Amino acid sequence: MTFIRYFWPALIAAAIVGAAAPAIGTFLVQRRLSLIGDGVGHIALAGVAIGLWLKISPLASALGFSILGAVGVDRLRRRAPDESDMALALFFYGSIALAVVVASASGQFNVNLFGFLFGQVLTTSHSELITIGILGAAVIALVALLYRGLLASAIDEEAATVAGVPVSILNIVLMVLGAVTVGVGMQVVGVLLVAALLVLPVGIARNLVRSFKGTMLVASAVGAASALIGLFISNAANTAPSGTIVLVVSGLFVLSDGMRRARLTALRKQAEEPQHA
Amino acid sequence: MSNLIELDDVSFAYESGRVLSDVTLSINARDYVVLLGANGSGKTTLLKVALGLLKPTSGRALLLERPATDPRSRERVGYVPQRAVISSRLPATVLEVVLAGRAAKRRFGGFTSEERGQAIRALERVGMAEFARRRIGELSGGQQQRVLIARALAADPELLILDEPTAGVDRDSQLQFAEVLRALNTGGVAIVIVAHDLGAVGRDVKRVLALHDGHVDQISLEEAKELVGIFHEHHPGHEVAG
Repeated sequence: MTFIRYFWPALIAAAIVGAAAPAIGTFLVQRRLSLIGDGVGHIALAGVAIGLWLKISPLASALGFSILGAVGVDRLRRRAPDESDMALALFFYGSIALAVVVASASGQFNVNLFGFLFGQVLTTSHSELITIGILGAAVIALVALLYRGLLASAIDEEAATVAGVPVSILNIVLMVLGAVTVGVGMQVVGVLLVAALLVLPVGIARNLVRSFKGTMLVASAVGAASALIGLFISNAANTAPSGTIVLVVSGLFVLSDGMRRARLTALRKQAEEPQHA
Repeated sequence: MSNLIELDDVSFAYESGRVLSDVTLSINARDYVVLLGANGSGKTTLLKVALGLLKPTSGRALLLERPATDPRSRERVGYVPQRAVISSRLPATVLEVVLAGRAAKRRFGGFTSEERGQAIRALERVGMAEFARRRIGELSGGQQQRVLIARALAADPELLILDEPTAGVDRDSQLQFAEVLRALNTGGVAIVIVAHDLGAVGRDVKRVLALHDGHVDQISLEEAKELVGIFHEHHPGHEVAG
């Protein structure tokens, strides 16, 4: 109870990020953009370093960089698909190098940057919680508002384009929402692990339910629950919160995958039985 | 009678070279047309130009009497793209895939109960309503193809365009598929199939167009069967039917 009394902002922040990240992640995974969160996290880190250097809000600076970076990545992928691997590598590793250089030049390389790399959820302030709450709610509201087009684009981009869905605009919106989620999520699990909350709960839900909407809702519930369970375990075991949250969600993924395989094996056996009878 | 598709002297070239040369063709209401061509002849390119997904290098492409590149021109067009079997990991039910065909009918929010009813009716037209709650990736290639037709029908189209719809689909499924298309055409939907083979629809089509060296010519059914035989000689393994 003491933990809840003192760290309720951390618990609420973790639950919001845990629920919002998989809501966006469901669309990203389906578009084979699972690791985009990882790449945007690199860009966000450059934003944090520049924010610390300029003595402005690192969260705001990271958000600005993430959004610009995500839109840039989307343009690169579309303009030169054959060369996008190399261009993206330049973008991502150039950003992390910029972060390291700016942070070292401004003397912020140790404590401050480390906090953003691995998260600092337990120090979430009331004002940070309000920001996270507003951004998380905006992400979920936009997903609900644009659900029709996002679903059609995720299932089949070409057919959606022919049907008149504004796929290019929705792609940019999706990347921006992904970037906002990364920017907000880095407070909780850090830029190095935020991509895990975008992707792994979706993998768990996909193993358990049939529908797209069900996958999104179950993934959000799993993400929020994992974040809370991870925080309680980290408090009890005195371990790092971000790593514990991601280990919880990773463990649940392995468990759900085992359940899926067991179900498939049972179905195969059931299908083979009449042939032997 | 107004033309649903009208191409006037359309040419198209990629960086690697010209694919379409001065193509002129029209598709009318209630038409049932197969566009035949060997693999790599530019069939899909022609289809994408007609749908406005590619802009012609020269010439004019109209779709439902508007420039094909105008997205509004596609509001009454159903499209079934060429595809391999859908991954069993796609977390979407058959009903959700069909509902996606109505995504552009409204800009915001989820799907209404009325739209769910329309999607179910589209599934009934292709004999797949009982599979509505199944995951799309669990179905066979032939069943998936019928679901994708239902998705195109969910938008209530005047014109249905299918790109290599029976590639990799077994003979029984091809026959069921031909029956579905026959019923749709009888019901007033114009159909354009792009293929390298007549398949099971050979008995039903009203016209056959052949794409060769970037040009399109109308040919007879007998000529079409001969042409398919030639494709078959060059690509053994492709079924010749009709």
